[in-house]
Amino acid sequence: MKRVYVNEKWCLGCHLCEYYCAFAGFLERGENDMARALKTSKIKPRINIEEKDGVSFAVSCRHCREPLCVKGCITGALSTFDGVITINGDKCVGCYTCILCCPYGAISPSETGAVQKCELCVKTIGGTPACVKGCPNNAIVFEERG
Amino acid sequence: MSKKKYVIIGNSAAAIGAVEGIRQVDKQGEIAIITDEPHHTYSRPLISYLLQGKVTRDSMKYRPDGFYTDNNCEIIHGTANKIEPQMKQVILKNGERVTYEKLLVATGSRAFIPPVFEKLDNKYSFMTIDDAVKLDKAISEDSRILIIGAGLIGLKCAEGILERVKSVTVADIAPRILSAVLEEESAVIIQTHLESKGVQFRLSSEITDFENYDVVVIAAGVRPNVELLQGVAEIGRGVVVNEKSETSATDIFAAGDCTETVDITTGERKIMALLPNAYMQGEAAGINMSSCEKIKVFDKAIPMNAAGFFGLHVITAGSYSGEVYIKKTDETYKKLFYSDNKLNGFILIGNVDKAGIYTSLIREKTPLDSIDFELVCERPGLMAFAKEERLIKLGEAK
Repeated sequence: MKRVYVNEKWCLGCHLCEYYCAFAGFLERGENDMARALKTSKIKPRINIEEKDGVSFAVSCRHCREPLCVKGCITGALSTFDGVITINGDKCVGCYTCILCCPYGAISPSETGAVQKCELCVKTIGGTPACVKGCPNNAIVFEERG
Repeated sequence: MSKKKYVIIGNSAAAIGAVEGIRQVDKQGEIAIITDEPHHTYSRPLISYLLQGKVTRDSMKYRPDGFYTDNNCEIIHGTANKIEPQMKQVILKNGERVTYEKLLVATGSRAFIPPVFEKLDNKYSFMTIDDAVKLDKAISEDSRILIIGAGLIGLKCAEGILERVKSVTVADIAPRILSAVLEEESAVIIQTHLESKGVQFRLSSEITDFENYDVVVIAAGVRPNVELLQGVAEIGRGVVVNEKSETSATDIFAAGDCTETVDITTGERKIMALLPNAYMQGEAAGINMSSCEKIKVFDKAIPMNAAGFFGLHVITAGSYSGEVYIKKTDETYKKLFYSDNKLNGFILIGNVDKAGIYTSLIREKTPLDSIDFELVCERPGLMAFAKEERLIKLGEAK
C-alpha cells in the first residue's frame, strides 16, 4: 500500500505541508482560497514539522501494520480499513489513550474534542495526499515501499 | 451440547482482541463467545460518558453491529459455571455444555464491595452498562451522592453525574486521590481542578454518616474473576499466564483484567487492569490459539493511563522511581523518572502532546545515551533520536 514518506535531506522546513494539510478539509467543503480559509486562524495540521539546528522533517501517521493506537483505542473509534488508519470523530470521546500509545507522536487533540490524525486524505481530496502535492521540494512522497 | 473450535468466556476488550487475533490466522474455525451480559460488546470506560450524555448506548459499542456475523462468532448468552479440562468442556449454569479445542478465559474483574458497606441499601457499583443504567435511574437533581474510592472509576463517575445531582462527595481512606496512578503533587493538581468544578472530597477518612447521602457508589477497587480456573490452572493474584497468554492448563488461555502479568518497568507480576493491555493480550491469545507456526508474544505490558477530567488531561505510564526531570507552568505539569540509562515512567498534566514518544522509550527500554535526552525531556519528538534511527522510523513503516 502507498504511504507518505519524508526525506529529511530535501525538507526545507517551509511548513507548507502543514498548511496544505489544514487546507485539505476546506477544499472538500468547496473553499479553494487558501488565504481566506487559513489566514486568521491558528492551523491544526495532521502533519507536523520537527526542526532543530538546520535539520527538519515532517511527521505524520505511519499507518503501522501493528497499530498500537487502534489496539489501544477504548471506544473502537480508531480502525484500519484497507491499511489506512482512520478516526471516527463521532465515536471518539477524546480520552487520549492513542496519544499515550503512538510511538511517533502522530496523533493530536483537535478542536472538536476528538483526536485527529493523518488519514492519507481519503476523507478529503482523495488520491495523492495534499501534503505530498504541496511539498515544493519533493521531500514528502507517496509511494509503495513494501 | 455444542462443539466449537474456539470458545471464549467474556465479551469485552480481551475477548474481542482474541476474535481479531484468531481471524488473522484462521478465517474458518468456529468461535463461540459465552457472555452473561445481554449486550453487544461495548466499551466499559464509556459508562461515565453515558451518564453525562456524551455517548449513547449505540455509540458506545466497541465494534460495529456486524462484528459477530462478519467474524463468524456465535454468542451464547449464559454464565459459565465450571471448566472441565479433561473433557475440554465449559459447563453453563443452565447445565448446557460447550466443548472446546482451545479455550480463552477473558472474564475480567468485578467491583470489590468492602464488608463494611455490604449492608447499605442505596449502594451502587460502577463497572458495567447495567450498573450505569441503575445509577441513572437512582439519581435526581436533589440527590446527594457519596462515591467511595477516589480512583479512576470513582472520579470518572463523579464527572459523569456532577451536573445532574445536588452534590458529589468523593471519599477515600488514602490521603490523596488517584493514589495508584499519581504522586502527591500531581494528585493535588487534579483534586484542585475537580474541586473548582464542584466535586467535594473527604480523604484520609472512613465514612460512617451514610444518612447524609441519598446514593452511595462503591468504587473501592476491583477483584479479578478467577474462580472458573480455581483448581484448573495456576492462580496468583490473577490468573497466571506466560507471554503467549497460556495458562498452566493445556489448551486454556487467559487474557485481560482477570490475569496477572509482568510489568516490564519493575519486573513484578501484577494485575494491570487496562484496556490496551487487555486487547493486546487477547489478540496474542487468539493468534496462539489458532496457529502452531506463528507465535505472538505480549511481553511489553506497562501500567499506563490516559484520562480527562472536565477538560484537564492526564497521561501517565511506567513506574515512578529514579532520578527526576520536572517542569511546571501554571497550566502544565511534567515529571519524568529515569535510572540506569532508561526512562522508567512519566506523568503529564495539561499538555500531553506526543506523550507516546515517552511511552515508547519505556516500552523499548531505549538506552538514554543513544538519544538526545535533554531535548526529549523538554520536547518529545523523533528529533531526539540519532539520524539513522530516525530514518528507520520514518522511512520504513513497520
